Amino acid sequence: MIDTSEVDSRQSDPRWSGGGRDSGASPAVEFGSVSAGYRGRDVVSDIDLSIGAEERVALIGPNGAGKSTLLRVLAGLLPPRTGEVRLLGQNVAELDRPAIARRLAVVPQLAALPFATRVEEVVALGRLPHEDALRGPREADRAAVAAAIDRVGLRPLVGRDARELSLGERQLVFLALAVAQQAPVLLLDEPTVHLDLGHQVQIMELLRDLNERDGTTILAVLHDLSLAAHFFPRLVLLDVGRIASDGPPAEVLAPHRVRSVFRVDPGLIRAPA
Amino acid sequence: MSIRSEQLAVPIAGEHAWRARRPAVLFAAGFVALLVAVVLGVGLGTVAVAPGDTLAILGRRILALPLAQTWSVPAETIVMELRLPRVLEAMVVGLGLAVAGATFQSLLRNPLADPYVLGTASGAALGAAIAVVIPVRVLVLEFGLLHALAFAGALAAVWVVYRLSRTSPLAPLTSLLLTGYAIGSLLAAGLAMAMYLSGAGLRQIFGFLLGGLDGAAWLRLAVAAPLVLGASLAIMVRARVLNGFLLGEETAAHLGVDVRRERAILLALASLATAAAVALSGLIGFVGLVVPHLVRLAVGPNARLVLPLSALYGASLLVFADLVARLLGEIPVGVVTAVVGAPFFLAMLRRVRTGYEL
Repeated sequence: MIDTSEVDSRQSDPRWSGGGRDSGASPAVEFGSVSAGYRGRDVVSDIDLSIGAEERVALIGPNGAGKSTLLRVLAGLLPPRTGEVRLLGQNVAELDRPAIARRLAVVPQLAALPFATRVEEVVALGRLPHEDALRGPREADRAAVAAAIDRVGLRPLVGRDARELSLGERQLVFLALAVAQQAPVLLLDEPTVHLDLGHQVQIMELLRDLNERDGTTILAVLHDLSLAAHFFPRLVLLDVGRIASDGPPAEVLAPHRVRSVFRVDPGLIRAPA
Repeated sequence: MSIRSEQLAVPIAGEHAWRARRPAVLFAAGFVALLVAVVLGVGLGTVAVAPGDTLAILGRRILALPLAQTWSVPAETIVMELRLPRVLEAMVVGLGLAVAGATFQSLLRNPLADPYVLGTASGAALGAAIAVVIPVRVLVLEFGLLHALAFAGALAAVWVVYRLSRTSPLAPLTSLLLTGYAIGSLLAAGLAMAMYLSGAGLRQIFGFLLGGLDGAAWLRLAVAAPLVLGASLAIMVRARVLNGFLLGEETAAHLGVDVRRERAILLALASLATAAAVALSGLIGFVGLVVPHLVRLAVGPNARLVLPLSALYGASLLVFADLVARLLGEIPVGVVTAVVGAPFFLAMLRRVRTGYEL
């Protein structure tokens, strides 16, 4: 049996509702001296990072800096070599997969679908962590799928094969899947890659709305520094596996730092004043 | 393309209603098809038994209905001892292969996967061929050495493929498929050698490779059927997990699936169903490949519908195919499934506009 009560009681439980703003309450995400990597080689080392509930944070940095590795550690797919990761106050290493999936939604990477799959069927996959193994989706699950479809504005695409959609539309479908999961923390790994400007902005505005209106904690890996600076109040800059800077965009994207980390002319990036 | 998309974007109300009702209609039609298949399968043959008599015999002997006997004794013997076990065996084998095929396709995210993809077929074939070649004859519960070695060979092959694939640095699914191919080729070499040495037994090996239900027997069915049905049922209980694999293993993990454990369990169950089916009937192709696809084209990829519907239609399809094989003078049923399955599959692929991404 899957216990959905913990999600339904989000509003009343102090863990779920803006706990990060009260001093003393545990943050949504907490890395404590985390080092992790593959085959004995650390990709990220000594990461200390705390993200409060209802925060919206962009993880930026050059290719290979360890951004995706950090997300994998947080999602429990890669156990840290040292240190620990806490998700809503609980050590990720002590949570099983369904428990993590009810706390943390990850927007899937664009993947080829092996079979014809309608948009609403893809979105419904977000309910798997809540579904009863035997009885299948219940009324609450169907309502959550419908709500996610409306929230992301996918109503006009309902009934279509997801494989026939444009990349931008498909990314929106995957975002709706994660929204239907109704987890208090949302992770995204380069959600705007390959998308045209219109879809990039649409995704960013949706993320802002999910964060500000629903109180979802958002942690997104982004490559586009302008988008990150424009839509995220807090940036975390990763460089060769360590946090090089953490703060508001104007501070993190200071010209000398952009030059040293990305090795480009800082004039290429427009940081807000 | 874009015009069609615009049209599809506003689905007609009737289409929605039909879509919602479709699974129920398909389940009902499947049961009717299965019932018709059973009555025809039991009634038709060199000695025809009228459908009314067939139903009455089945009703009296299975449901213990108090029916007056209006049929001859030989008719009852033919129905109960020859045709009924054969029809039931076809049902069990067809059900197992279709469910296993649907499982392998979803798990490996590969539309071309079938129950034999990870070495079960070559393992079973080699086992059967060895049984034919070595001069030992045993029979336990109507299971001969051929059945036993085919069953063991199929499971051993998958086990070796699984263990070897774990040592590869490749992504798990790629590694599984490639290891399956390599081991399959190796076992095929062994099979070729055994066939070369088999002499007069060659025909028997060919019979196994093409599949056939002519040797059906109650006792053997009673041993193998629970394996096939139990494994299939256990897979259906895991439909939620199988759905999680639709977007890849990483996303499955994010959706709460313990990927490594569930992959091992599902592979084991699907292989068990396949091995037991193959031990009963030899290698019958196309059922496990085509049936899940046809079901998916009708109801989409949701394993909650695909698995039970595949079971239903896989069972009916093989009963019909075996009936045709029987009426054509006992040709191998694998020939019938291929001849019927391949063009049907091609026709469906052409008719459906949302093509497959291979």
